[in-house]
Amino acid sequence: MSEPVLRVERLRVAFDHPLGKVQAVDDVSFALTPGERLGLAGESGSGKSTLALSIMRMIKPPGRIEAGAVWLNGGRLADLDEEGIRAVRLAGIALVPQGSMNSLNPILRIGQQIADALIDHGLRLGRRAEEWRVAALLTEVGLPANVARMYPHELSGGMKQRACIAIAIALRPKVIIADEPTSALDVVVQRQVMATLARVQQELGAAVILIGHDMGLMAQFVDRLGIMYAGRLVEVAPIADIIAHPRHPYTRALIASLPSLEARGALAGIPGLAPSLRDLPPGCAFHPRCEFATDRCREERPVLRDVAGVDVACHLA
Amino acid sequence: MAPLIEAVDVGKRFTGGLGRESILALDGLSLAIDAEKPSVIAVVGESGSGKTTLARLLLGLAEPTTGEVRYRGEDLRRLGRNSWRAFRRDVQAVFQDPYGVYNPFYRVDHVLSTPVRQFGLAASRAEARGLIEEALRAVGLRPEEILGRYPHQLSGGQRQRVMVARALLPKPKLIIADEPVSMVDASLRATILGSLRNLTDQHGISILYITHDLATAYQVGDQILVLYRAHLVEAGAIDRIVTTPQHPYTQLLVSAIPHAHATRDWIKQENEEPRNGVDMMSHGCPFADRCAHATSLCAVAPPLYRTELRRVVACVLYREYPTLAARELGSWLSA
Amino acid sequence: MRAVFRYFRRNPSLALGIALLAALALFVVIGGILVDTEDARPLSVPTLRAPSWAYPFGTDRQGRDLLAVMIAGTPLTLRIGFIAGFLGVGLGTVLAFIAAYYRGVLDTVIRGIADIGLTVPGLLVLIIIAVSIKGTLTVNQMAIVVASLAWLYPTRTIRAQVLSLRERGYVEVARLSGMSGPAIIFLELMPNLLPYLAATLVNAVSAAILASIGLEVLGLGPIDAPTLGMTLYWVNFNAAMINGWWWWWTAPTVIILMVFLGLFFLTVGLDEIANPRLRRSA
Repeated sequence: MSEPVLRVERLRVAFDHPLGKVQAVDDVSFALTPGERLGLAGESGSGKSTLALSIMRMIKPPGRIEAGAVWLNGGRLADLDEEGIRAVRLAGIALVPQGSMNSLNPILRIGQQIADALIDHGLRLGRRAEEWRVAALLTEVGLPANVARMYPHELSGGMKQRACIAIAIALRPKVIIADEPTSALDVVVQRQVMATLARVQQELGAAVILIGHDMGLMAQFVDRLGIMYAGRLVEVAPIADIIAHPRHPYTRALIASLPSLEARGALAGIPGLAPSLRDLPPGCAFHPRCEFATDRCREERPVLRDVAGVDVACHLA
Repeated sequence: MAPLIEAVDVGKRFTGGLGRESILALDGLSLAIDAEKPSVIAVVGESGSGKTTLARLLLGLAEPTTGEVRYRGEDLRRLGRNSWRAFRRDVQAVFQDPYGVYNPFYRVDHVLSTPVRQFGLAASRAEARGLIEEALRAVGLRPEEILGRYPHQLSGGQRQRVMVARALLPKPKLIIADEPVSMVDASLRATILGSLRNLTDQHGISILYITHDLATAYQVGDQILVLYRAHLVEAGAIDRIVTTPQHPYTQLLVSAIPHAHATRDWIKQENEEPRNGVDMMSHGCPFADRCAHATSLCAVAPPLYRTELRRVVACVLYREYPTLAARELGSWLSA
Repeated sequence: MRAVFRYFRRNPSLALGIALLAALALFVVIGGILVDTEDARPLSVPTLRAPSWAYPFGTDRQGRDLLAVMIAGTPLTLRIGFIAGFLGVGLGTVLAFIAAYYRGVLDTVIRGIADIGLTVPGLLVLIIIAVSIKGTLTVNQMAIVVASLAWLYPTRTIRAQVLSLRERGYVEVARLSGMSGPAIIFLELMPNLLPYLAATLVNAVSAAILASIGLEVLGLGPIDAPTLGMTLYWVNFNAAMINGWWWWWTAPTVIILMVFLGLFFLTVGLDEIANPRLRRSA
């Protein structure tokens, strides 16, 4: 069991809203081994994107990290000052944010934007070396070298997303966090982008956290999957286990509700609504929608614990 | 008996403006929906395939550059006031975005009371209220949780269901749903799709379900039209087409969907598609430049070949089969 | 009521703007009760008296009690501004909606006229119009003169707003629900524009007051009316600054300052309501 490259310990993130405090991330802990692919699945409001931002210390007021710690290669990120954390972003942990392909600067060429990532981290290369580095990065993500001279609007969605991956890996990070990298893309392009991500990750020996909600995608890409609900981690298990034997009722319901090409059956959604993070129910956050809820579920909040090799937060597991 | 709504060889070309080429959004598609036989027709394609253009043409929100869209046999552009009213009542829509469709100035009641008022569906306030509550219940919502609220106080899924309720009020014969669940949370999609399917099975309303997601289309559709770059490539009974796709594009589409319960070889199956120097731009098969089977025959856009009783494929690989004229597609589908 | 005060804490500009204008209103109302406005006419009181208990604002060379002049003149000046502003924005709104919703030839014509009109220096046109009118102007005629140009800019800006709103999803849904053009304009588009229209209105009023004062200072205004601008005209005419009659120009200047500051803060405050992105978090 090798040392984890990333460790998140009891992280809590809250947003101060005039109408009440919103607990966006609630006591989340997990560890990532080098080269591992971890998936984080959950719906809107589950806290997965906030978790990604808080790992990078990119939460801005009115949000704040209330408690917990993040360790990268054994070093506590909270101990770093502004300079230190900036150095870690992109060189230690890289984030490909949601919708990033639409956040590329429309008036700069792709090559320039990749180079900017290098320059921002103090890499003073000569123009030749810089161009060579950019070309190498583009090749790594499967884009032809002439893309460096193009503007974002000249590229297709998939190509833009691969350019964003190129920016993310420019400084050879040890952890890549990809937040819904393919949500706006067609299935065929999605496969290309994920194949690129897989290849790049293997070459770098980096670990990947893939955030999304497509179980099929998770099943085909990640090694382990974590399920988030209302800011809490409710289940973490190896992917084959979670798909075959989901233990948390929410995980079970989620997998059952996702339409697939495998069977034309009755469409089963999850009854009820996701809870408002400002006004969470007592005990287990899922109990109002859970068909197996007991009195204990209504009163006592379940803790993420090991059950037969799998981490579940459920009283009934 | 003329079909409820019919597209006869409709095409839409957007002129490019100064110095730019025009864009072909849809090329000669025919489609017919019969009021007597409610069914769910799925239109599947990626962005740029022309599916949204088709929806707008059928709804009368845009005019075709070639061909006609007919309501009960009459061209939409020539409908008189009364016929237009009847058309609006019979054909309704649900759109993709559950946010922009609400006027932020009003409570959600407004979007429900407007059609009641405009179509004269109720004689009194009480009757109107009754109709609205019934429609909300039909989509699985509780009126007391919805009425009186502002749009931002409801979740995306609730907003989208209210939109379906709105579409139901004039008791339409057809609801055109353009990506109704793509902006809704994963677990709610099944519920909303379920209620759409229910509308067909129990209330006799046809649905034209437009999406890029083949999996959801497979769950709700009876028939399917696969569009690629403004052209129809395959159409017919959905079961057959999804389990044994025949057109190379459909095959690519089906294989590209990641499955939760299958072996982990999805990524390995990805290979950069052949960019064969075959330049089929204007008149040939639109998929030729990505197709492993492309030959010189593909320089001319293939007609629709009837490979099965309930399937047509636009690919020269099937040229031994009898053809179906494009114009006939509409009536053939609804037969 | 408490909600109102809470809002004022978040939007201090609005509060300040309303406070300034309210102070002026109070001044005019209470002053009208306590002071005889007949003294605003020439030859009512001894001339050129510095401020004293009898004449708190002093008197001018023609024998007007300047306090009375301010009390009588402020509403007149504001009236010109309001009439011109409302007329201008009213006309501008109608033209803007027609142009933006129906597009086509109507849009081209309306936009063309507005564009050409905006390139011509406004004050110049106003001067020419004012000079060409035979006889002396009344306050109301003044308002109409200013209104003749006040609709140009609002037409353009409101048109731009309507153009963007008209593409919203809810407009298409309204069409599907059976609504027709005018109904969509009034029921769907207009309500969302109200804050923007209010801000435009205040702007237009401000600009109209400025234009009218400008014309009056040049001597092209209603000569017999004790408006603020005319007072400044007489200040100039009699070289009051050189002669050291400081009270004569101080009073109107302070009041004009209060009017513009009040309207300015009101605009900023309304802007914040109209554009939620400018809102400060509590």
